[in-house]
Amino acid sequence: MLEDTRKIGDILLDVKGISLSFGAVKAIADVSFDILEGEVRAIIGPNGAGKTSMLNCINGFYHPQQGTITYKGTTRSQMKPYEAAAQGIGRTFQNVALFKGMSTLDNIMTGRNLKMKSGILSALIWRGRAEREELEHRRFVEDIINFLEIEAIRKTPVGRLPYGLQKRVELGRALAAEPDLLLLDEPMAGMNLEEKEDMCRFILDVNQEFGTTICLIEHDMGVVMDISDRVLVLDYGGKIADGTPDAVRADQNVIDAYLGGGH
Amino acid sequence: MQDFLGEFYFFLEVLISGLLTGTLYSLIALGFVLIFKASGVFNFAQGAMMLFAALSFVGIQEKLGVPWPVAFVLAVLIMVILAYLVDKLVLGKLVNQEPIILFMATIGITFFIDGFGQTIWGSDIKVLDIGIPTGPLFIFDILIDKLELVAGVVAAIMVAGLAIFFSKTKVGRALRAVADDHQAALSVGISLHHIWIIVWSVAGLVGLIAGIMWGTKLGVQFSLSLVALKALPVLILGGFTSIPGAIVGGLIIGAGEKLAEIYIGPFIGGAIENWFAYMLAMVFLLFRPQGLFGEKIIERV
Repeated sequence: MLEDTRKIGDILLDVKGISLSFGAVKAIADVSFDILEGEVRAIIGPNGAGKTSMLNCINGFYHPQQGTITYKGTTRSQMKPYEAAAQGIGRTFQNVALFKGMSTLDNIMTGRNLKMKSGILSALIWRGRAEREELEHRRFVEDIINFLEIEAIRKTPVGRLPYGLQKRVELGRALAAEPDLLLLDEPMAGMNLEEKEDMCRFILDVNQEFGTTICLIEHDMGVVMDISDRVLVLDYGGKIADGTPDAVRADQNVIDAYLGGGH
Repeated sequence: MQDFLGEFYFFLEVLISGLLTGTLYSLIALGFVLIFKASGVFNFAQGAMMLFAALSFVGIQEKLGVPWPVAFVLAVLIMVILAYLVDKLVLGKLVNQEPIILFMATIGITFFIDGFGQTIWGSDIKVLDIGIPTGPLFIFDILIDKLELVAGVVAAIMVAGLAIFFSKTKVGRALRAVADDHQAALSVGISLHHIWIIVWSVAGLVGLIAGIMWGTKLGVQFSLSLVALKALPVLILGGFTSIPGAIVGGLIIGAGEKLAEIYIGPFIGGAIENWFAYMLAMVFLLFRPQGLFGEKIIERV
C-alpha cells in the first residue's frame, strides 16, 4: 500500500436537507452530507435506498424538491447536467452508458468535448488550428488509455467489449474531462476479482496522483471499507449512518439494515 | 446485332437516368436521416423545409435582386434561425416525450412552415435558374440529362462532406454521442439543445440544396413538399439511421422505378412509376425490417 500523501481539504460539495420524490414515491428523504476535497467518499445501502438518485441530484439529472446543494461554494437551484460537467463534475453509470457504435478512442475523446475550443464555423475556416487542437487532445486521451491499460482496444467499437473493459472505458471518458469531483456508480458491479482489483487500483491512483475527489456507490463491502475515507449509509431514502468505515461497520442501524433486522 | 446494341444502349440510358434521379431522392432522405440519428425524431417537416428553403432562396433573389450566392447564404441563415426556433419553441419543450408525440409535433411544424412560406413568398410557381445546365448530353452515345448529372455530383460531395464532418470533428463526435446515448452525452457536458439546433440547421442546409436541385427540375412550387414523400421508401430500404443507406436506397428506388416503368409497365397498363417505390419498400420490409444498413433492433424480453 502506498503511503497516504494526500491532503484532505475543505468542503467541496455540501448537500443540505434534500428530498426527492417521484409522485408518491420518496426516493430521498431529508438527507444531508458533505464531500471534502481530495477524499474518497462512499455511499452504500441496500437496493432502492436512493444512492443513484443522490448521484443524479448531484450532477443535475434530477432536481430535488427540497434542500440545497452547494458545490465549490456556490449554491445552485436547478443545475443542468452539462453545466455540472462544465464545472468539473464527471460521472459513470450503473449500467455502463457508453456510445456503443464508437471506438474506445472516440468515446474517451467525447470526454474532451468541453475542453475543445474550436466550434463548427472556426473548424471550417481555420482547419489547421482545429486539427492542431484535435491532436493535442488526442495526446491527452492516449495518456489516459495508457494509464488504464487499454491500449489494445483503442480502435474497437465499445459495444463489442466485455463488460469489465466497458466499465474501464467509461472511467476513461469521465477522466478525460479532468473532473474535480468524480461520481462512480457501482464501478465494480459484475466484475471478477481480478478486474475488481484493477479497478480499485485505478480509482486510488486517480485519487492520489491527480488529487481528484471521488464519490462512489459500491455494494462490495470489502472494497468500500478498503478504499474509502468516509462512508454514508442510506436506507429507504434516509440517512442512517455517516462516518469512517470502522465506525459505520460497528453501527447498529447499519447492521440491522443489512441483515434485515429491526424493521 | 444492331438491334441488340440499340436495346442495350436504351437499357443503359434508363438505368443511368434512374440512378441519377435516385440521388435526388437520396438528398431528401439525407435530411431525414440526420435528424432521426441525432434525436430519434422522424421529421415529417423535412419536405416542407425543403420547399421553404427553396422558396426563400428564389424569393430573396426576386425581392432583393441579389446574385444567387448571396441569396444562398441568406437562405442558409433563415434555415438556421428556423432550426433555433424549432428547438426553442417546440422540441425543446418536449424532451423525454414519446416518439409519436414528437412526430405529431413535426406534422404541426410542417403545416406551419408550408403556410408561412407561402404567405411570405407567394404561392405561384417560381422558376429557379442559377445556371445549372439542363438538357441532354451524349457520352459514348448514351443520353444523359445534364441536371441529373450535376445532382449526382452534388449529392456525392454532400455525402463525403457529411461523412468527414461526422467522423473527424468535435461537433460530429458530439452528434454521434447524442445519437447513441442521451444521458451519457449529457454527463460529458454535451448540451442536447445545442446539438439539435446544429442538426436541424444541417438538415435545413441539405433541404436547401435538395430544393434547389428539384426546383431547377420542376420549378419551385407546393408539390415539392410531396416529392419529399418519395424519401419514405428510400428510408425503409436504407434504414433510418444510415447515411450510406440513404444513398444506396435512393439509387435502388430511382433505378427500380424507371426500369419498372419501361419494362414492366406496358404489361400492366403503365404509370407504375408513381407507386412502384412504395411497393418495393413494402416487400422489402417483409424481409429486412431494419433496412439495408440500419442497426438491427434486438430487444431483450
